[in-house]
Amino acid sequence: MIDVFEKRVIVTAILVMGLFILAIFYAMGARKADVTECLPYDKTYETARVEQLDKSTYQIFYVARMWNFEPSVAYIPVGSEVDLFVTSNDVVHGFNIYNKNVNLMAVPGGVTKTTVKFDEPGVYKVVCHEYCGAGHQNMQAEIIVNYPKK
Amino acid sequence: MQVSRFLRNTILVELFVPILLLTVGIYHGLMQVIYRAGVIHQASVAKLDYYQGLTLHGVINAVVLTTFFAVAFGHATIAFYLKREPNKKATALSMWLMVIGTLLAAAAMLAGKASVLYTFYPPLKAHPAFYIGTAMLIIGSWVAFFDWVTIYLEWKKENRETNTPLAVIGTLVNFTIWFVCTTAVAYEVLVLLVPWSLGLTPTVNVPLARTLFWFFGHALVYFWLLPSYIMFYTMLPKLAGGKLYSATAGRIAFFLFLLLSIPIGVHHQFGDPSIGRGVKLSQSLLTFGVALPSFITAFTLAASLEYAARKRGAKGLYSWIWKLPFFRRDVFLFGYLINGLILFIFGGLTGLVLASYSLNNVVHNTAFIPGHFHMTVAGPVFLAILGMSIFLLQQLSGKKIYLPTLNAIVPYLWTVGVIIFSGGLMWGGLMGEPRRTNMGLTYLNPASEQYHPYWVISSMLGLAGGGIMFVAGFLYFISFFGTLFSKRTMEPVIDLPVSDTLHEEKRIPIFDTFKPWLAVMALIIFLSYLPAISDALNNTGKKAPPYLPADPTPVVQKK
Repeated sequence: MIDVFEKRVIVTAILVMGLFILAIFYAMGARKADVTECLPYDKTYETARVEQLDKSTYQIFYVARMWNFEPSVAYIPVGSEVDLFVTSNDVVHGFNIYNKNVNLMAVPGGVTKTTVKFDEPGVYKVVCHEYCGAGHQNMQAEIIVNYPKK
Repeated sequence: MQVSRFLRNTILVELFVPILLLTVGIYHGLMQVIYRAGVIHQASVAKLDYYQGLTLHGVINAVVLTTFFAVAFGHATIAFYLKREPNKKATALSMWLMVIGTLLAAAAMLAGKASVLYTFYPPLKAHPAFYIGTAMLIIGSWVAFFDWVTIYLEWKKENRETNTPLAVIGTLVNFTIWFVCTTAVAYEVLVLLVPWSLGLTPTVNVPLARTLFWFFGHALVYFWLLPSYIMFYTMLPKLAGGKLYSATAGRIAFFLFLLLSIPIGVHHQFGDPSIGRGVKLSQSLLTFGVALPSFITAFTLAASLEYAARKRGAKGLYSWIWKLPFFRRDVFLFGYLINGLILFIFGGLTGLVLASYSLNNVVHNTAFIPGHFHMTVAGPVFLAILGMSIFLLQQLSGKKIYLPTLNAIVPYLWTVGVIIFSGGLMWGGLMGEPRRTNMGLTYLNPASEQYHPYWVISSMLGLAGGGIMFVAGFLYFISFFGTLFSKRTMEPVIDLPVSDTLHEEKRIPIFDTFKPWLAVMALIIFLSYLPAISDALNNTGKKAPPYLPADPTPVVQKK
């Protein structure tokens, strides 16, 4: 049978896993860290646009296509909370905002959504990180935070 | 033991074909890091495009090499432990299916008609030969497996009270996982993609195809890994000069893999639409479950190695490590296996990071991913494959290893390379460096307005590590092909190292049967994947027509 050391190791390993799992729940609960929301798809997501809901709440609807994002540049004031919706018009693309934990897939027929707050001014680069054909390495966009006036 | 000329030649072909193709795979590995570091700012070199090369690199190294090796090693293991040779017809059929399938897929990739990477996500479309070739390779491996099952059942009938050898349990568990997971990708390829790529069906459900792919895609990594685990449990303690601490632990580990290898694939799709959060979270938690057998293995192997070192007269809490037979030409296989294990510590831990649900957002699909999986598939998997391939080559052809010193240092050099390479990629990934991207054209091209100077040092580390890995690979090829083309000096045999166990191992019936485990496996897969598939079917708004990688307009159907 299993000897005493082996048993202890199995128990320790299970406890370590339990700790990791607790950390996931802590991040979800206390830090609101979650994966993309699962939304039903409809045609309106295929129209790229920036919408202002109130003074500091925005929605950006991204449409990815070979090989650019629309809107390619979005202007947002500092301190805004932004809902991002991402879909694709053709093949699978990726959507990663540099220095932000925003990491979504742009898939035809589906829409991904996350919410992110921009507290620091700057130019945030959006990079496509899923291979989408010959022009993949050209595919990026920018979110400009604290642009003085449009 | 002596083996028939037929089995010997089959195994040798199944070792030779993938290692020959590996020269192409490794060349493209080197090219990746050169392009990515911005050393060259070109779309292609020698008429081979970056993404074409990346497809070749992924398909050859991760699918062709691993599948061929698993079948060759399976033949050797089953024959050696059960003392029965496989059925001639089945074995020959399996080999020819795999060889012809590989040639078809290779032709499509080399012709530039299948630059869709090894994940071949639709709606990027490859030539039908690519899909059909890959399917033939997989089906060929099934044929070998079905034959082993009949051999095992016959053997078991005659040896009801004998504990099935651990290596046989490992091989059968591995191919059961493989058979179940590949049915999903076979469905994706043969039912969804082949008719679609031929223009018979206009569109394909992309989230469904992705979900089916990852049903296969994560279990695939265990299919790569389990032959290494078989070597770790049954050979490594012997090579180190000791005994296996616990064979029961090995059995538990293998059966846990059987249960949990498949129902966790959605952890590759945390960023995907259409699939609900509940499915993602539950499969994330199950992934922690499948880390358990690896923790058990880490302890059992460390204990076995410590026992071996102390038997060699080692003292001290940690200093026993230095008594192990490192850098020895005569036990070169030890070097391959131990280096793989060292890399796997980091590969396993970074894997847990990626499986951790929302934490994955930090690095999802960045260079962190190849950084991670080069410490698993290019770590314990690849090194065990290289070591065992030359080991079997030498035994089955009865030849002496060509330049044995060279062969003995390969795994160490490779490991140094992987550590630098993966370190650079993971660092870059934390800074948002994308994977699968010809960065030399834009992000690492100072002439481009998209130039991104933060990624210079990380991608240079990737280049340095990749360069070292290439040199190690090159040295291995010298040793492998040198051995192959030298003269026979010994009788051809299969004589695998067999570790004794430290404790007396009693036969525990539940760890010597498959039926109850298969039932639980089916139940867990059903419960975890039914909602995933149903989400992909119900939440997807529209299906997609095919696209060729170089053209942003859909392929026009001929009708």
